[in-house]
Amino acid sequence: MVASRTSNTNPARIPALGVRVLLLLFASILLMVLDHRQNHLNTVRKAVGAAVYPVQLVVDAPFRLWEWIRERTQSRDEMQQELNHLRNERLFTKAELQQLNALKAENARLRDLLEARGRVRDEIRVAKIMAVDANPYRHNIVIDIGEREGAYDGQAIIDAVGVIGQVIKTGLTTSQAMLISDPSHSLPVEVNRNGLRTIANGTGEFDRLDLPFITNNADIQPGDLLVTSGLGGAFPAGYPVAVVETVNRIPQDPFADVTATPAAALDQVREVMLIWSSAETQTEMQTETEPDDE
Amino acid sequence: MSSGGSTQRLPVVITIVVALMLMVVPLPDWAAPFRPDWVALTLIYWAMMLPRTWSVGSAWIVGIVLDVAQGTILGQHALALCLIVFITVRFHLLMRVFPLQQLAATVFAILALYQFILFWINGVAGIDVPAVDYWGPVITGTLFWPVVLIVLRGVRVRIQLGH
Repeated sequence: MVASRTSNTNPARIPALGVRVLLLLFASILLMVLDHRQNHLNTVRKAVGAAVYPVQLVVDAPFRLWEWIRERTQSRDEMQQELNHLRNERLFTKAELQQLNALKAENARLRDLLEARGRVRDEIRVAKIMAVDANPYRHNIVIDIGEREGAYDGQAIIDAVGVIGQVIKTGLTTSQAMLISDPSHSLPVEVNRNGLRTIANGTGEFDRLDLPFITNNADIQPGDLLVTSGLGGAFPAGYPVAVVETVNRIPQDPFADVTATPAAALDQVREVMLIWSSAETQTEMQTETEPDDE
Repeated sequence: MSSGGSTQRLPVVITIVVALMLMVVPLPDWAAPFRPDWVALTLIYWAMMLPRTWSVGSAWIVGIVLDVAQGTILGQHALALCLIVFITVRFHLLMRVFPLQQLAATVFAILALYQFILFWINGVAGIDVPAVDYWGPVITGTLFWPVVLIVLRGVRVRIQLGH
């Protein structure tokens, strides 16, 4: 590969370039195989990720600063308005919460009667989406919670209205998460109205999910709410995911063509919540095979 | 050239870090597929001008960092950057005397090769991406090449004067 005819005295000749390139190419291919096939390189990723963290911080800083300035310079009027709005909202949610407690107790009693395993409350923590663009080929986001705070691979992420995605690569202080709209993401869901279970696939568009495995005679209609079914173990059950938008039954095909709109505005959120499921559901997760992700 | 290694290296490292930052700065959705590949452009320039210090080894390391920053398969950008820097180093004397149009055409070809390697690895790994996402950076990268050239020439002149 190295031009053999250039003499050693030629200043343009870089010594052993060809050999070095071949070695490095081989090393890259080895890395890719190890990384893609077996995920053996998490420690390497974490070490390099720690070096990348300052870069992400610096990129994120102006956006944070802007937000901070906007918060500080809001006019008194606006603040008052927002405060009133929040007070009202709090009143409503509190009223709903009173009922919830009663319902929870009732649910626990009924579950006891049925001898079903009780559902444990999930632990939740707020994370910020960093203003950093991740993988150009995927619908990924970077959040500012990492292994140090206890994040783990496969952890579910929600926002105030619905499921957003799951953590795929944890770093020390930041993590990468895959949105439910990513083409390689699948999420076990059920129709809230009747418990019909199916899978929601990402399409690569922020406002559309695909439900490929619904038979033509299944009871599903536009407007149905889809919630996580908890099967597969990665996502705790009962969080809203999407609303069915179109149901197109095709007589000659085995499956109907069903699409849904994610409940959360996937391309607009700035703050998300990470869910720590109880230990019980985590052990359950390990025994089941996980259909999510690749 | 052998003396003052670290003082010479720091400004170049800074340009590479800035390029890395530009790679992760959030862009609006319509512009994201057209983000020029700043890291590739920067490495091409340094490989062309200082091929003894900035060659395939540094390109590989920068590629690994880029892979981690973007969450791509570890080694994907490393391999692609390594190859295009190899080509640049092989032809660096020629590229230095090219007029701007011809140099831009060469950079276009190198960037196309770069994206092709990324595309190829994505294909092998089973990651499906619309083809337009690969062409965007090639075109915008070529358009921004003169800017990179001028900025980095300023840095290089300063390094060499300081030296």
